[in-house]
Amino acid sequence: MKEFAYQRATDVRDALAACSGGARYLAGGTNLVDLMKEGAEAPTRLIDVRRLPLDGISEAADGGLVIGAMTTNSDLAAHLEVRRRYPALSQAVLAGASGQLRNMATVGGNLLQRTRCAYFATQKCNKRVPGSGCPAIAGVHHNHAILGWTPSCVATHASDMAVAMAAFDAVVRYETLNGPGEIPLAEFYLPVGDTPHLETALPPGGLITAVILPERAASPRSRYRKVRERASYAFATVSIAAGLDLEGSVRIALGGVASRPWRCRTAEAFLVDHPGCFRAAAEAELSAAEPLSGNGYKVPLARNLIEIVLKELQP
Amino acid sequence: MTNHHHSEISLHVNGMAHRLDVDNRTTLLDALREDIGHTGPKKGCDHGQCGACTVLLDGRRIVSCLTLAVAAEGADVTTVEGLTGDGELLPLQRAFIRFDGFQCGYCTSGQLCSAIGMLAEHAAGWPSAVTTDVTPDGPAPVLDAAEVRERMSGNLCRCGAYPSIVRAVLETEAGR
Amino acid sequence: MKAVGVAQPRIEGPAKVTGAARYAADIPIEGLAFGAVVLATVSRGRIREIDVGAVCDLPGVLGVIHHRNAPRLNPKAGGFFGPDGQLQLLQDEVIPFAGRPVALVVAETFEQAQAAAHALPVTYDEEPHDTGFTADHPAGRPASTIFDGPVDVADVEAELAASSVVVEERYRTPEEHHSAMEPHSATAWWDGERLEAIDSNQGPFVIAATLATLFSLSLEKVRIRTEHVGGGFGSKGLCGPQLILAAMGAQRFGRPVRVTLTRTQVFLTTAMRPATDQRIRIGADADGRLRAIWHESAFEISPLVEYIEGCTELTKTLYAARAIRTRLTAVPLDILPPYSMRGPGAAPGSFALESAMDELAERLGIDPLELRLRNEPATGPVSGLPFSSRNLVECLREGARRFGWGTRDHRPRLRREGSVLVGTGLAATSFSAGAFPSSATITAEADATFTVAIGATDLGTGARTALTAIAADALEVATERIRLRISDSDLGPAWSAGGSRGTTSWAWAITEAAEKLRGQEWRGTVTIDTTQSLGGLADRERHAYSAVFAEVTADPATGEVRVRRLLGMFAVGRVVNPLLARSQVIGGMIGGLSMALHEEGMRDPVTGRHVNADFAGYHIAAHADVPDIEADFVPGHEPGIPGGMKGAGEIGNVGTAAAIVNAVWHATGVRQRSLPIRLDRVLE
Repeated sequence: MKEFAYQRATDVRDALAACSGGARYLAGGTNLVDLMKEGAEAPTRLIDVRRLPLDGISEAADGGLVIGAMTTNSDLAAHLEVRRRYPALSQAVLAGASGQLRNMATVGGNLLQRTRCAYFATQKCNKRVPGSGCPAIAGVHHNHAILGWTPSCVATHASDMAVAMAAFDAVVRYETLNGPGEIPLAEFYLPVGDTPHLETALPPGGLITAVILPERAASPRSRYRKVRERASYAFATVSIAAGLDLEGSVRIALGGVASRPWRCRTAEAFLVDHPGCFRAAAEAELSAAEPLSGNGYKVPLARNLIEIVLKELQP
Repeated sequence: MTNHHHSEISLHVNGMAHRLDVDNRTTLLDALREDIGHTGPKKGCDHGQCGACTVLLDGRRIVSCLTLAVAAEGADVTTVEGLTGDGELLPLQRAFIRFDGFQCGYCTSGQLCSAIGMLAEHAAGWPSAVTTDVTPDGPAPVLDAAEVRERMSGNLCRCGAYPSIVRAVLETEAGR
Repeated sequence: MKAVGVAQPRIEGPAKVTGAARYAADIPIEGLAFGAVVLATVSRGRIREIDVGAVCDLPGVLGVIHHRNAPRLNPKAGGFFGPDGQLQLLQDEVIPFAGRPVALVVAETFEQAQAAAHALPVTYDEEPHDTGFTADHPAGRPASTIFDGPVDVADVEAELAASSVVVEERYRTPEEHHSAMEPHSATAWWDGERLEAIDSNQGPFVIAATLATLFSLSLEKVRIRTEHVGGGFGSKGLCGPQLILAAMGAQRFGRPVRVTLTRTQVFLTTAMRPATDQRIRIGADADGRLRAIWHESAFEISPLVEYIEGCTELTKTLYAARAIRTRLTAVPLDILPPYSMRGPGAAPGSFALESAMDELAERLGIDPLELRLRNEPATGPVSGLPFSSRNLVECLREGARRFGWGTRDHRPRLRREGSVLVGTGLAATSFSAGAFPSSATITAEADATFTVAIGATDLGTGARTALTAIAADALEVATERIRLRISDSDLGPAWSAGGSRGTTSWAWAITEAAEKLRGQEWRGTVTIDTTQSLGGLADRERHAYSAVFAEVTADPATGEVRVRRLLGMFAVGRVVNPLLARSQVIGGMIGGLSMALHEEGMRDPVTGRHVNADFAGYHIAAHADVPDIEADFVPGHEPGIPGGMKGAGEIGNVGTAAAIVNAVWHATGVRQRSLPIRLDRVLE
């Protein structure tokens, strides 16, 4: 790990002012510190925002929930209103990492975690050094993307939490020195294109302050199912968040299949026209899949998961 | 010495106050082990992938290898050395010995601290990934073997003491 | 008042649950400097340049040791398999595998050493590499025959031709990593002319002897201590890079140097179980009697040092067959040198053999249990030697009774519970038993206690507790009167904790020393060496046995396989401490479960580098993967070995993978002939 300066932000303004050049925000640190040890991240200054008063979950004006960015993953998963209105989000968070890591990791940090592609963590690749190539495509990509990838990068996003948030139309709220802003989660993660090192639409120096779950997305009937190579404490091979919201709409998002949580708009639209045709909806969604030689199994796995979970959710 | 790559911090470890001058890069784990001399917490992977370094930070279990010491400034830390308090072994520690909940012992301090944190989380009503119904209106999750296994999965053990650890935790909980 | 046979908690239990037990990296040393290792990033080639100037001015850096300035090591140093090129660290610019240490950076603090090691620029002239293992690789050649050499009993081809049913299949296992929770760590310093070290290893005496040879020192000039060791499973049986490099650092910088490998470095530069590719042909009569077993196994090695993954060893002893042929092929590749991992040879070998037996039972329409019982040999099928004690049948029968095997419908894919398919399977197995020479010293102290000194180690096996009980019984006193000293090369020659021969070897020496002390009316000091008495051990087929039963669920829609029940019956002779022995065999079974479902070292097909060298990528079983496990022992007493013991360290591991694989077939109707049973291999 390279040497760095450290400062604890006294308030959001202070944090924003300090975050320039090679500085990075530090919250739970579970991913950033990990990557700093490998040299995949090398900030010259850490701005510790962990103790800013951005934690806690409150009611939004529209009746949804506002989740403070510094809320720990544990507190998010245990929150009574999250469990009541968005149970798939609680389940998604509980399916991620370990009890210890969930106690450390924050909601904002979880959204900004980097891919767990082993090539990214240990050597040059387009995410670390633009133009250096994607070794995973010709390499070991057993757990890489089947949707939305490009020859520049085939990595997946590792968050479980974000998959459920994507299904629930979450909105990311942030602050910059120029004022606050909001980005729907659906637009928060940038398409891979030929710039896989540019991962989010967050403005430079922007600090996530909250995630908003809209009331209309509340889905007491919702579920997160994660399939992985061991029963716990492993990243998803494929995961799914699905729910029936109060308006009766089906919401589906997949994890482990793309560089971002994959909202299944095609399948959702298909189900509007063909209610109950889960398998056909899944197949419609996955017709866009482009698996590599080593991860083709994810296509039937994702298809099966969509079908299984939607059947379970049927009233 | 003024060096912006170092920081003066205070830590309360097992009830004792410590003032340290730490390299900002120093993890809480290394500060505990190298600076304070509490080598109970172990470095099994240094990347949050094994749980051997688990300690309680302000009462919650965390992995100390991914916590920067400087960011833990002012915190209350409990390591395995601090579990006994007055020197008497906790029921959980005695159960680990009685049921042989370890072999090499390298993961044990992490398993113990994790179990204590886990039991508090369960007592607070937190669900887990194997809790059938996470909605708060459902029944509170009963701490059975499946719940303990899931909640303790962040603590790897290569000797394979898992069944004995689960038994020690369940017996301790039943005896409360 | 006998101590042996009593279930006693570990002596060091209180120390381990309070954090007081100290491991190699825990022991405070005045003036300590930290060494960080730099590993090669190419699979084959030569170092072009190491730019030491780029890091020597970084804060705290004391210096860098590399091939141009490292002390010259004695090339004769080696171990069981002869001179070991893996020990020859920093001796030249040649890179024989990715992960080979190329430099040691020493600095005042851990953080400084790590930062400088990361920053050290090393460039290479890459050469074409080959890390692609296959059984028919053109470089393949007959394996060394130090053990598990080729055998031909009768005419295998003729017997296969005469068989009613023949199973011919290939089974593959990937590279697997020991993954002891404690990363290898050594702290070395020079006390005048004497090299001292605290090192995590499986046998301080053997390691000290190797280190002495390497540094051209007499054995008295080297002392290695261990105290507590955080697991080994074979990976700490060798003189590890951490120790060699720490000794170099201490020599160069004139102060104690600690080298602790990172987790990734443990994967890349210590040891692994090699990938295997096995072909088995079994022929049987319609009644299930075996006519022929032909077991060929190929495995990968490194040209740096010989190694044998003896996959066919148990094929020579487990079943009566008229004809038996075994062959081992070693394929030299540009890879980390493999080394014994828990159940070496037998773990992958039994996966293949016991899968093939299950396939045979299926094709014959015979109960897999019955098939095994029908092929019980009277004498060693290859050696012709009598069995010292053989109680596989008891293990099978008692295990079947407890598991409820009798009601099993042997047809596959008949049981569904909700979304999952359910199946059961079994495997029988053996692992060779015996003892190796060791020395022990017992001193009768003035306070009526006895100091028992032996160069043993306790990796978590329970050796400390077991040897205390053995010594107490041998000296006819209570365990409180035994002061056991272990984990120190100064205590004299002793076998390592390995090969399922630690406890038997050490117990033999302690028992013999106690006998001698009895001759002195329990007065004074005695030192004995068992080399001679071991020579008198009768030539026998000598093995531990087990029968493992598994019940699994498989979800064909997701590929998820879970082990729901696991039961093992073990024959390990007399059990010294049932509590600890049970833990050990259960631990072994969990290792087997992990092998069956999770473990797979993966290499980049382009660079040859290991791509999942950490615990996030290389999965070992976690709490949630492991059900409650039943394990017990059939009564036994091994003749010829003092105390009647057989080792229990490896037998638990062997057989479990096959039992699980056979259960997965019973659940799904699909044979899993490549490990691990990944999701994509089960998904439908």
